[in-house]
Amino acid sequence: MLKDITLGQYYQTDSVLHRLDPRVKLIGTFVFIIALFIVNTPAGYLLCAVFLAAMIKLSRVPLRYILGGMKPVLFLLAITVFFNLLFTPGTPLVSVWRISITREGVSFAVKMAARLCFLITGTTLMTLTTTPNQLTDALEAVLRPLKALHVPVHEIAMMMSIALRFIPILMEETDKIMKAQMARGADFETGNVIRRAKNMVPILVPLFISAFRRANDLAMAMEARCYRGGEGRTRMKPLVYGRADYTAYSVIAAVFACCVLIRAAGI
Amino acid sequence: MSIRAENVSYIYNEGSAMASTAIHGLSVSIGDGEFIGLIGHTGSGKSTFIQLLNGLLAPSEGRILYNGKDIHGTETDLKSLRTKVGLVFQYPEHQLFESDVLKDVMFGPKNQGLSTEEQKERAVQALQSVGVSEEDFSRSPFELSGGQKRRAAIAGVLAMRPEVLILDEPTAGLDPRGRDEILDLISGMHREMGITVILVSHSMEDVASHVGRILVMDDGNIRFDGTPREVFSHREELEEMGLSAPSITYTMEYLRSLGLPVDTGMITISEAAGEILRCLEERNA
Amino acid sequence: MILAKKLSHNFNKRDDDGNVVEVIHALKDVDLEVRAGEFIAVLGHNGSGKSTLAKHINALLFPSDGEVVIDGMDTRDAASLWKIRQEAGMVFQNPDNQIIGQVVEEDVGFGPENMGVPTPEIWERVEESLRIVGMLEHRKKSPNHLSGGQKQRVSIAGVIAMHPRCIIMDEPTAMLDPGGRKEVIRAARALNQVEGITIILITHYMDEAIYADRVFVMDGGEVRMSGTPREVFSRVKEMKALHLDVPQVTLLADELKKRGLSLPDGILTDQELAAALGLEAGAGKA
Repeated sequence: MLKDITLGQYYQTDSVLHRLDPRVKLIGTFVFIIALFIVNTPAGYLLCAVFLAAMIKLSRVPLRYILGGMKPVLFLLAITVFFNLLFTPGTPLVSVWRISITREGVSFAVKMAARLCFLITGTTLMTLTTTPNQLTDALEAVLRPLKALHVPVHEIAMMMSIALRFIPILMEETDKIMKAQMARGADFETGNVIRRAKNMVPILVPLFISAFRRANDLAMAMEARCYRGGEGRTRMKPLVYGRADYTAYSVIAAVFACCVLIRAAGI
Repeated sequence: MSIRAENVSYIYNEGSAMASTAIHGLSVSIGDGEFIGLIGHTGSGKSTFIQLLNGLLAPSEGRILYNGKDIHGTETDLKSLRTKVGLVFQYPEHQLFESDVLKDVMFGPKNQGLSTEEQKERAVQALQSVGVSEEDFSRSPFELSGGQKRRAAIAGVLAMRPEVLILDEPTAGLDPRGRDEILDLISGMHREMGITVILVSHSMEDVASHVGRILVMDDGNIRFDGTPREVFSHREELEEMGLSAPSITYTMEYLRSLGLPVDTGMITISEAAGEILRCLEERNA
Repeated sequence: MILAKKLSHNFNKRDDDGNVVEVIHALKDVDLEVRAGEFIAVLGHNGSGKSTLAKHINALLFPSDGEVVIDGMDTRDAASLWKIRQEAGMVFQNPDNQIIGQVVEEDVGFGPENMGVPTPEIWERVEESLRIVGMLEHRKKSPNHLSGGQKQRVSIAGVIAMHPRCIIMDEPTAMLDPGGRKEVIRAARALNQVEGITIILITHYMDEAIYADRVFVMDGGEVRMSGTPREVFSRVKEMKALHLDVPQVTLLADELKKRGLSLPDGILTDQELAAALGLEAGAGKA
C-alpha cells in the first residue's frame, strides 16, 4: 500500500560519509554533477566512476540499496538512450527505412546513459547518507547569501522540513481514507482515466481538509512554542566544519580539477 | 447471516524485511443478530481483524467465510460483500466529503448502483435512524459537531443496508455525552433493526453494559470469548494484556476482601447496588 | 499566577459575503484564579469553552472583554507576548499536529531554539526534559515510530524545555488509548509534584480530574462549578445534568443512597465506600 513508499530514504549506519557535514555533501554532489557534464572522454568517465565507487565503498551502504534508487528512473534512462540513439545525425551504422542508427548516436547515447547513471547514483548516495533534516539545514546554510535578495531562505527550509515530516503521516491518512471509502463501495480500480480521476474526489476532499486542519494546528503549536521566524533563533545542531570536511572539500576540488584537465587536454 | 474465520493469519509486508504478523491462526464464528464487543489494546490486531472480515485485507493464510462462502473465492464479489458487512472507521473525517450530509450518505447506495430516488430514500431513512434531524440534511458535513459527524458517518454505511455493522472505536475522542449517545444509538439499532453489530473498543465500561458477547484480542489472536460476566472473571489475565475489568468489579472485590460476601461478577451500577444491599441485609439479619 | 477577570470571548460567525450573522459567546464572564504550583482540572464537554479558555492563557487568543493576567503580564500587552508564551506552555490534543521535528530530540529543542537559548544549554535542556517525561532512550527516534502516549510525552518535553512556570494541557489524552492516557497523566502529575510546575489540565475524563487540587466545570462558556474534586463530584445530579461522568464508585454510593442507605456525600474511592459501609480493613480474615 501507499505507506510502504519510503521517501527521502536514509540508510542508517556509521561511516565517514555519514559523519560529513551535510553542506560538504550537498556542495560536493553539485560539483560532481558539473564535473560529469564537463568530461566527455572515456578517461574522464573512468575517473568519475572510480570516484563514485570509492564513495560507495566509504559510505558502507549495501550496493543493492543504491541500485534500488535507480529503479524508478530506469524508464527515463531508457527513453533518453532511445532518442539519442535514433535521432542523432551522423555516419549511419544500421539503417531501417528512414531511421538510422549512427556512430555518433551510439557514442552519444552511451555517454548520456553513463552521465545519468552516475548522476542518479551520486545523488542517491547523498540522500542515503544524509538525513532529510541535515539536508534542509545544509540547504538553508548554502542558500543563505540569497537572503540579501529577500529570498525567505529560512522559511523555505522550515517548510521543506515540515513537509518531510508530514509526508508519511499524510500517506498513512490517504490509506485510511481509501479504505473508509472502499468500505462504502467506492471503486478506484476500474473505469477509464476520467472516471478514475472523478473517483478520486472522495479521497482528495477528506485529505485536503485534514491537511489544512493539520497545518492550522501546527501553526498554532509553533506559535505557542515562541516561533517567530528565523530572527534571533539559535540552533541546537549548528553546522560546524571539522577536519574531515576540509579534507573532503580538497578531494572534491582535486577530482573536479582533474576532470577539467582531462577535458582541456582532450585525453 | 453468518461469518466464520477459519485459521486466519495476516502478515503485513509479506515477503519483505519489514514483515510482521498481525493475526495468527485465528478462528471464530459470528452468528446472526449477535451484539459483540471486540476488545484489545493498541496493536492487538483488532483493526486488522475487522478489515479482514469485510475483505479490505485478504488473509495470508486461512479463509473467511460469509454465509459459508469464501469471501475471496470466485463466487463472491468483494464490492457487494462490503455493502453487506458494513465497516465504520474510527474517524468520520476520513469518509465525509460531499457538499451536504444527505449527498454524503447517498454515496454508498450510489456505489451499489441504485437509482437516485432509491439512494435518497435509503439515505433519509439511515439519517433518521441515527437521529440526524432533517434540517441538518442540507448542511455541510464539516460543520457538524463531533458526535453529529459520527452519526452521519454511521448513516453513510447504514444506508447500504448492511447485514453486519462493524464499528471501529466509534466513541474515540467524544465527550461523555457524545459517547453515551452513540453507544445508546448502536444498541438501539441492534435491538430494533436486528442487525448484527461488532463494536470495537478499548473501554470495558463502554461495552460491559451493552453487548451480549465479548471477544478479547491479544497478540493477534482471540484470548477470551464469552459473555461479559465470563470474560471479566479473568481479571488478572486481562490486566496482563493491558486491559482491565470495569471499575465496579474492583470496588466489589475490595468490599469482598474486607469481609462483605458480595458476588464480584456484577457489571452495572444497579446490579452492584442490589448485591451490596442484599449482603448488608443478610449480615444484619 | 494566572488571573482571569470577567473574561469574555466572542466569535463572529460570518456568511459568505463576510457579514456578521451571529455572534457566538465562547466565553462569558469567566473569573479564574490559579496559584503557582496548583494542579487544576477543567472539565466540560465539547463546545463548553474550555479550549478557548486554554488559548487565552497562552495568549493565542485575546479577550473580547475582561482581562487575563499571567504573572502580572496582561496578555493584550504585545511587549510581553513571547514572555507569556514561554512562561505558560501549551500542549495540544493531537500529538501529530504539534511535533515539528523529525527526530525526538530536535523537536524538544525547537522551543529553546526559538527563544535564542545558546546551543550547549539547548542540549542540557533537551536531555533534562526528555528525562523528566521518561523519553530519554527514544531521543534519536522519528516521532512517526512512537505510540500516541509517547508522542504526547515528547510534546510535553518540548514545552518543559522552554522552562515554563505553568503548562496548559488542552485535552492531551483525547486521542490516546487507555495506556497512553495513563502515561500522559502520570507525566503531568510528576511535573506538578516534582518540578513544581503549575498544571492546568483540560479534559473530559473525570478520572483524570480526581488528582487535581481544584476542579472547574465549564458549560456554555461559563464556569458552572468549582471546588475540590470531592466537592464537585459529590454533586452527582448536577454533573449528570451537564452530561459529565463521575467516578463509578461515587455513582454506586449515590445509587445505594437512593435505595435508602444512609451514606455521607462525596465518596470518591473504594476505601471511602467501605468505611462508610462500616467495613474495616482486616475484617475479612476474622
